[in-house]
Amino acid sequence: MLDYETLRIVWWLLLGALLIGFAVMDGFDLGVAALLRVLARDDDERRALLETIEPVWEGNQVWLILGAGAVFAAWPLLYAAAFSGFYFAMLVLLLAFIVRPVGFNFRNKLTDPRWRETWDRILTIAGLIPALIFGVAFGNLFLGVPFRYDETLRMSYEGGFLGLLRPFPLLVGLVSVALLLMHGAAWAAVKADEVIARRAEHLLRSLSFAFVALYVAAGVWLAFGVTGYAIDGGIAAGGPSNPLLKEVAHSGGWLGNGPLGNWACVAAGIAILAALAAPRLSVRRRHASAFVASAFAVAGTITSAGFALFPFLLPSSLDPRSSLTVWDASSSRTTLGLMLLVTAVLLPIVIGYTTWVYRVLRGRVSLEHVKQSHGMY
Amino acid sequence: MIDETVVVLSRLQFALTALYHFLFVPLTLGLSWMLAIMEAVYVMTGREIWKRMTQFWGVLFGINFAMGVATGVTMEFQFGTNWAYYAHYVGDIFGTPLAIEGLMAFFLEATFIGLFFFGWDRLSRVKHLIVTFLLALGTNLSALWILIANAWMQNPVGSEFNFDTMRMEITDFGAVIFNPVAQSKFVHTVSAGYVLGAMFVLSISAWYLLRGRNVDFAKRSMTVAASFGLAAALSVVVLGDESGYTVSENQKMKLAAIEAMWETEPAPASFTAFGFPDVAERTTHFAIHIPWVMGIIGTRSLSGVLPGIKELVADAEQRIGNGMQAYAAMQRLHANRDDAQARAEFEAHKRDLGYALLLKRVLDDPARATPADIGKAAASTIPNVPVLFWAFRIMVGCGMWFIALFGFSFWLAARRELDRHRWYLKVALWSLPLPWLAIELGWIVAEYGRQPWAIEGVLPTALGVSSVSAAQVATSLAGFVIFYTALAVVDAILMLKYARKGPDGLGMWPPAAESRA
Repeated sequence: MLDYETLRIVWWLLLGALLIGFAVMDGFDLGVAALLRVLARDDDERRALLETIEPVWEGNQVWLILGAGAVFAAWPLLYAAAFSGFYFAMLVLLLAFIVRPVGFNFRNKLTDPRWRETWDRILTIAGLIPALIFGVAFGNLFLGVPFRYDETLRMSYEGGFLGLLRPFPLLVGLVSVALLLMHGAAWAAVKADEVIARRAEHLLRSLSFAFVALYVAAGVWLAFGVTGYAIDGGIAAGGPSNPLLKEVAHSGGWLGNGPLGNWACVAAGIAILAALAAPRLSVRRRHASAFVASAFAVAGTITSAGFALFPFLLPSSLDPRSSLTVWDASSSRTTLGLMLLVTAVLLPIVIGYTTWVYRVLRGRVSLEHVKQSHGMY
Repeated sequence: MIDETVVVLSRLQFALTALYHFLFVPLTLGLSWMLAIMEAVYVMTGREIWKRMTQFWGVLFGINFAMGVATGVTMEFQFGTNWAYYAHYVGDIFGTPLAIEGLMAFFLEATFIGLFFFGWDRLSRVKHLIVTFLLALGTNLSALWILIANAWMQNPVGSEFNFDTMRMEITDFGAVIFNPVAQSKFVHTVSAGYVLGAMFVLSISAWYLLRGRNVDFAKRSMTVAASFGLAAALSVVVLGDESGYTVSENQKMKLAAIEAMWETEPAPASFTAFGFPDVAERTTHFAIHIPWVMGIIGTRSLSGVLPGIKELVADAEQRIGNGMQAYAAMQRLHANRDDAQARAEFEAHKRDLGYALLLKRVLDDPARATPADIGKAAASTIPNVPVLFWAFRIMVGCGMWFIALFGFSFWLAARRELDRHRWYLKVALWSLPLPWLAIELGWIVAEYGRQPWAIEGVLPTALGVSSVSAAQVATSLAGFVIFYTALAVVDAILMLKYARKGPDGLGMWPPAAESRA
């Protein structure tokens, strides 16, 4: 069996992989929902656009469920601190994920235009909110969050919801919104009826530039305007998961001093190149490649943030010693090993049947088809 | 001290959101298999009506499924938002089945539900049937892993406390998976879901027959419901009994409370069929006893003794005293982590640390508890006896009724007389809410009966809460109440509308009507 230190690294990588899985898979249907009223002008068009995600969004959302479950199982301290610390942000996020399933399923069940218009608005907002909240949350990680532990490892959080809405996190929130909108447009360009796809293609260009501009601005701010954290002794990479056993100090900056700062810059470069490539590929009618490029932009962005933070998961601004890191916020070695085994067996199966489902559903959803179907979903 | 208002509000929020979520999940469990059965008949016989039955009940299934998915996310998030110390304290064990549920089960059902609806024209008959089958399998596996997690809360096997990390950690994952409580709970719970699914189909079909609509459609649906429902209703009762046996092994207090059994009776104990439990006097008025039955259910023997509530409280006092020694040693260890003697004392007594934590509701420092404090904490281990007593009896009564109703339905179906008696159809229609009632009461017996523990004997519920303010929890609770009420109204409107429209109104059956759609 792998040693504790290696298992923690593996689970840190898997945490990233699950986040990327969520952002790539659920990201496009969040983006499509958010763009619903922009890309599709009348009810038939909206039904056609929604039908590009209706058969798959449910499976995509499981990446979120699995992500949260895996954080619970592999990083219980992070799960407890982040979910209770970001109490209201989590509540709003939750409400978005509660109305989405209902919205997709209920929207077409009645023909009253007001009914449908209401659900369209709800779906739009419920698509934007998660993107924004995830971005703002990530932004806050870099600044640190006000929490501390007592000796029984009971956490107390001394800051409110509004305290999270600082300028830098808000900028990261916008980065995230632009990213997922771009990803949604890239999906619509692949799957929607030509009329809608053409609009999506057009929008993809502006969204890609907006994302790159915001992302670069956030990167510059992070490099020159944000003080980082560094572990200052007391840590054992294979030691017990108790954050109070170490010391933490403020360092120069996340990108300069972090052990993986350079790799974070490489990942950022990939994200930018991929985002710029997406609209170019799309214009050449290589929509599938454009979608893959957009997915790389998503993956690169998340990877750059994770690498920049390493080894921190959730720094504490109130009591830096309480900060959660890769070395002291995980489950026991037995649980990490076991979960790795389970994941190694089951995840390939999941990816296998998911691929099959997407293949069965391949092809555009045409307006003609939607006009003829009775929409029993 | 723990803020009692936060505890009360957090518990209320968890109970309400769980009971609400549990209105939809059992129907998904039952209906998914019935869809698979109907579609299997279609694939085997090639008769179009069976495909239409699958599709029609599938529409109702879809409305319900969306609500189940929507309200399920809340449950997972809530462990972190409202029960952060719980999440820290037991995440090492409890998180694993939840994560496996996502990987093994939820992915399966959520990925294939899309193809169930959108795959009819894209897949061959057999492939679509496989999709439906995998959907049903996914929903049921989901229940399995959730109940493995829940069973560990009732019977925390395979784990021990680690001072260095201040939490429970896993020692034997096999014991967690093969927890006997998990097995009996799983079969009991999914069977209850099957009963609900069967009743749903039976009642709506009975309504069509009362109106003389969709007769062929409704009779076939009822036949499936009657046979599936009879098997499920029998299994619920038999495995409910198995549940009773496993509970008696590890949650003697819960069993004693359900029975309102204040004193330890000589074996074999009698079953109290009726009575009025009096908490203040610790006695049950007007009790009607059935000799021997309880002892046989609880111990599978004529000689096993089931301890009464008073005896169990005395046991709890013992364990609190033992736990206080562990707590005192823990305090010395916090002052000096290298104190070898304190560590040895801690290890010797940590099995009862949870009992010392019960004192946290009485005073700040459990190590300084007086005998009066200990008595108070020990008395707090008694759950709400009258609620458990009645909830259990109503649930069991419903269970008996289901056996009778489905048994009679099965007999009528075999004689092809389902539409013969109007009174029967009315009874079948009006029995619709009963499985929901029984299921919610079952949840109350299992979870409210676990109090004051979040993890039986390990972590008191009150200690599990997050460090959030009462105002925060009150706000989120109000948000859930408003949001969930609105959703319930919308869901009910759609369910009623689509059930009323029926296959004929939707242009699904008979085939002549289809061209009009």
